[in-house]
Amino acid sequence: MLDRIVGAKKLEANGHLPADADLITDSAQLAARATPWEAVQAARNIKRPHTLDVVARVFDHFQELHGDRGFRDDPAIVGGIAELDGRPVVVVGEQKGASTEENIHRNFGMPHPEGYRKAIRLYRLAEKFHLPLITFVDTPGAYPGPEGEERGQAEAIARAIFTMTRLQTPIVVVILGEGGSGGALALAIGDVVLAMQNAIYSVISPEGSAAILWRSPAEAERAAKAMRLAGPDLLDLGVVDALIPEPSGGAHTDHEATAKAVKTALVAQLAKLERVAIPDLLSSRYERFRAFGAFAEPGTAVAPPPAAPWWRKLPKMLGRDRT
Amino acid sequence: MPFGRKPNEFPSHLWTQCPSCNEMLFNKQLARNLNVCTKCEHHFRLGARERIELLVDKGSFHEHDASLTSGDPLGFIDSKPYPERIAAAQTKSGEKDAAIAGSAAIGGNPVELVVMDFEFMGGSMGSVVGEKITRAAERALAERRALVIVSASGGARMQEGTLALMQMGKIVSALARLDEAGVPFVSVITDPTTGGVLASYASLGDLIVAEPGALIRFSGERVTSGTVGEKLPVGFGRSEFLLEKGFLDQIVPRGQLRERIAYFLTSFRAASQDMRWSL
Repeated sequence: MLDRIVGAKKLEANGHLPADADLITDSAQLAARATPWEAVQAARNIKRPHTLDVVARVFDHFQELHGDRGFRDDPAIVGGIAELDGRPVVVVGEQKGASTEENIHRNFGMPHPEGYRKAIRLYRLAEKFHLPLITFVDTPGAYPGPEGEERGQAEAIARAIFTMTRLQTPIVVVILGEGGSGGALALAIGDVVLAMQNAIYSVISPEGSAAILWRSPAEAERAAKAMRLAGPDLLDLGVVDALIPEPSGGAHTDHEATAKAVKTALVAQLAKLERVAIPDLLSSRYERFRAFGAFAEPGTAVAPPPAAPWWRKLPKMLGRDRT
Repeated sequence: MPFGRKPNEFPSHLWTQCPSCNEMLFNKQLARNLNVCTKCEHHFRLGARERIELLVDKGSFHEHDASLTSGDPLGFIDSKPYPERIAAAQTKSGEKDAAIAGSAAIGGNPVELVVMDFEFMGGSMGSVVGEKITRAAERALAERRALVIVSASGGARMQEGTLALMQMGKIVSALARLDEAGVPFVSVITDPTTGGVLASYASLGDLIVAEPGALIRFSGERVTSGTVGEKLPVGFGRSEFLLEKGFLDQIVPRGQLRERIAYFLTSFRAASQDMRWSL
C-alpha cells in the first residue's frame, strides 16, 4: 500500500523508492518563516507564475480543452492534455490574470459553476483514458455572486470533490498560490497534495473570516494570523504532504526556476503513484482524508472487555486447557 | 397613563411573533405545531432533538458517538479562545457539538440519521461534525442502511481552519463509497444551510428535499457583499428559488417529512429486486 505523505522517508526505509531530493517535508527544514500576512501577499502577488505560465514551462504540447458542454467556457479554470516528461497527462487549474484586464477576463481566478463542471468533465476524461491527473489550485474562492448561486455553485463544487474522491487514476495536486476554501478543494482531492513554499490554503479568505468574526474586512491581517494558512502551517497540520521550494525572492522573481522545481516534484510523485494499483490508490486516498480531524472521545477508548465468568477459568484452574 | 410603561401583553416566554405574518403565537401551541406558524405556515428553526423526535419511529433512535468533543488544533482566538466558545455553546445547548448521530427507523426503514443543530455555533462543521457524519456513512455502508442527513449550518467552522475544510473531503469520500455500493442517501436541507455544508454533503443526496422558505446559499450575505459589493434581492436563495433553478427534488412541509422520506426509502427497497441495500 502507498504510504501517505509523499512517502519519501517511509518508503525509503523499506528500501523501495528513492527519496524526494527537492521537497520540503518538514517545516523545521525552513530557515525563516514568512509572517502569515507576508505569505498572503506573496501568494497573491500578481507577478507570481499562474497556472498557464507553469503549464507552459513544465509540460510539452499542451492543448487546452474548453467548455463544460452545458453552459459556457469559464476562463477562470483552464485544462487540457499535455505531456509531462514524455508521458501524456490531463492538467486542470484555476487561472488568475497577470494584469487588470486579464484578471477581469479571468474573473480574478474565481470560477463559476460551469468552470467546475468543465473540471469534472476533464477529470472523467483522465479516468476514461487512464491518464494521470495534475491540478493547480490558485483561487481566492469560488465566485460568490448571484449568477453563481443561480447555476448551482455549491452543487458544482460538491460534485467536483465527489468525482475526485473515487477517480480511478493517480491525482497530484499543487496549491500554486491561493487556495481559497471550497472553491480550491474542488480541485484539491488527490493522492499527493503539494503546495508551493509561499502558497496559502484556508477554509475562508482572511477578508471573509474578518467580515464574519470581526465584522470588518479590514481585520484581514489578524484573521490571517489566526487561521494558520501558510505553507509551513499546512505541512504541520498534514493538510499538504510537502512544499515545493521557491527561488529565494519568491516564485514571482524567477518563473523558470519555479517551473523547474514543480516539474521535478511532479515527475517524482507520478513515478511513485503509477506503481500503485488503482484499488490501493483509492483506499489510500480515502485514508488520507479520513484521518483529518481534531477531537477527543472520552469514555469509549478505555472500555475494558467484559470480565470472563468464573467457570471459564475452571479448566485452567484444574490444570486442563480444553481449547 | 401617558407616562407609564404599557403592560406587556405578550411576554416572550409565553408568546412568539411570527416574522412572516406578524401573528402572535402562543408558544405551547407553536411547539405542538412543530414550530410552524399556525396561520401562515412559516417554518421556525427546530432543535436537533425535536427534529429527531419528529422524524423517526417512536423509540427507535439509538445515539452514536455522543461523547465526541472538539479539539483546538490551531489555538484559535478571535474575540475569545475557541475552547471557551465551545464550552459556552455546550452549556447553552446541552449538546457536545453541532450534530447528533444515531441509528433509527423511519416508517419501518432502518436508517443512519445525522441531524445538525444551528443553535450550536451556527451549526458549523468542524472535526466533530465531520467525524460523526463520516462514521454514520461508514455504518450505513457496513449495515447497508440508508443514510439521512438533516442540514442546518452556516458552513465550515472557521476556528478549525483548513482542518474544517478537510472535513468536506472526508465526508464526501465516505458518501462516494456509499453511492458506489448503491445505498441511498437522502439530504434534507433546513433553514439555513450555506457554505461548505451546502458545497459538500447537503448537495449530494440521491434525493434532496428542503423545508419551505429555508435559506440555502453557497455564500453568506456578508461574504458576498464584502467580496462582490452587490446587494442581493430579498428572497434570493430560498428553497422555492432553488426548486425553480433545479437544485432540489421537492419542498416538503415539516409535518410531512417523515412520511415522505419513508415513502422514498420503501420505494428504493421495493424497486431493487436483488435487495442490494436491504437488510
